[in-house]
Amino acid sequence: MFKNVGIIGYGAVVPRMRIKLEEIARVWGKDGAKVSAGLNVREKAVAAFDEDSCTLAVEAARIAVRNHDAARIGALFAGSESKPYAVKPTASIVADAIGASPDLTAADLEFACKAGTVGMQACMAMVASGMVDYGLAIGSDTAQGRPADALEFSSGSGAAAFLIGKNPIVELIDTFSFTTDTPDFWRRQHAEFPQHAGRFTGEPAYFKHVLSAAKGLFEKTGTTAKDYDFAVFHQPNGKFPLRAGEMLGFEKEKIKQGLITPFIGNTYSAASMIGLASVLDVVKPGQKIFVVSYGSGAGSDALAFEAKKGIEAARQPEAVFDLIGRDKVYVDYAVYAKHRRKLKTL
Amino acid sequence: MRHALPLIWRKSLERYRLIGCSCENCGTDYFPPRKVCPKCRRKGKIAPKQMPTEGKVYSYSLVHAAPSGFEFEAPYHVAIVELANGVRLLTQIVDSDAAKVKIGAPVKMVFRKIFEDDCEGVIAYGYKFKAV
Repeated sequence: MFKNVGIIGYGAVVPRMRIKLEEIARVWGKDGAKVSAGLNVREKAVAAFDEDSCTLAVEAARIAVRNHDAARIGALFAGSESKPYAVKPTASIVADAIGASPDLTAADLEFACKAGTVGMQACMAMVASGMVDYGLAIGSDTAQGRPADALEFSSGSGAAAFLIGKNPIVELIDTFSFTTDTPDFWRRQHAEFPQHAGRFTGEPAYFKHVLSAAKGLFEKTGTTAKDYDFAVFHQPNGKFPLRAGEMLGFEKEKIKQGLITPFIGNTYSAASMIGLASVLDVVKPGQKIFVVSYGSGAGSDALAFEAKKGIEAARQPEAVFDLIGRDKVYVDYAVYAKHRRKLKTL
Repeated sequence: MRHALPLIWRKSLERYRLIGCSCENCGTDYFPPRKVCPKCRRKGKIAPKQMPTEGKVYSYSLVHAAPSGFEFEAPYHVAIVELANGVRLLTQIVDSDAAKVKIGAPVKMVFRKIFEDDCEGVIAYGYKFKAV
């Protein structure tokens, strides 16, 4: 069904500023080392005053389409839960900024942390059907966390974009999704910060959906963890994906390359997509990749890929691990609060 | 609304993608785009043209007393950047250590928020540059 359809270009971006979890813990009188170890997150990326999920989406999209004719993009989906406008698409701004407009369809998607992979599925179906030449799917967030809330320790910023087309560098083998009404995390209209159901976000939410989608795809493709060289899971912290991987039979080594949250925090819609981008930085032709996103509310998309010949030539100019390790600047909580507008007068 | 919406919209191509123009008669590039080539006047033939997105700092200043709307970003660098084709433009320099913002320093375009009216107003996006 998806023969010869998949990823033809990709790009990931992470803002330059970082805040260490120990610094956030210092402000709220918690044991930083303990919080950091508990979440397996050392620091998180902080978007600057003049960055938002739209600017990050544009930067990621520009990298993804750099070797392609953007005018051939027939569909563009921007996934985010931190949209700069409640009503007014980010997708149309991205389309204009990369030169894809006006002959395309575009929309913003929201499904907590998995809107980006929904966009990938939609683009793949549209390309496979012949409806469009190229589709661009973006996951981008400047994740929100209420001051002192558990989420504040992990909510990071970043974006990843995947250009979908025929003759791919990474071919889609198949995809399977699992969705139920599970209110583990939400943000009401006009509310500034999301609410969550604490530990409820674990077993009945994250693990149930990630494992069900993964097993569904295993069954559909007749494969097991042994058939894949890399696995990427949604990563609300640095621990959940390791545990989910273990439960599915993936060795730690297969998960490491796509586990980015310990260094930049949970980038929500971008989290599993930046993880996938990191795998594409190193994957060799013939190797297989297993990806499972998770969005609260709740659902998971599982996607299986196989890297093809052109992958080496199509790697992004700066690998994700270079991006997160180089040219970063640490800020204290006060500067972080200013840039993320957590002060009321901003 | 402090900023005229049609003005923001009209400038989106140049602000988002550095689309300037070139005179096909004399080959001179211009940014922001012009309606008339000042060299060729009536003989000139103006056409849109993508400007290079890399260049170098021609001159710069560190702004401490920022104008309204930019107060919380101060201090920040404003620079005249000379693009690879020789065209110069005024821009903010972001994501760059002060030590790197020097005359002749190589820079590249990034996409950022330029200003917004207020929390309910329209957001103007566009180019800024960063040291590479």
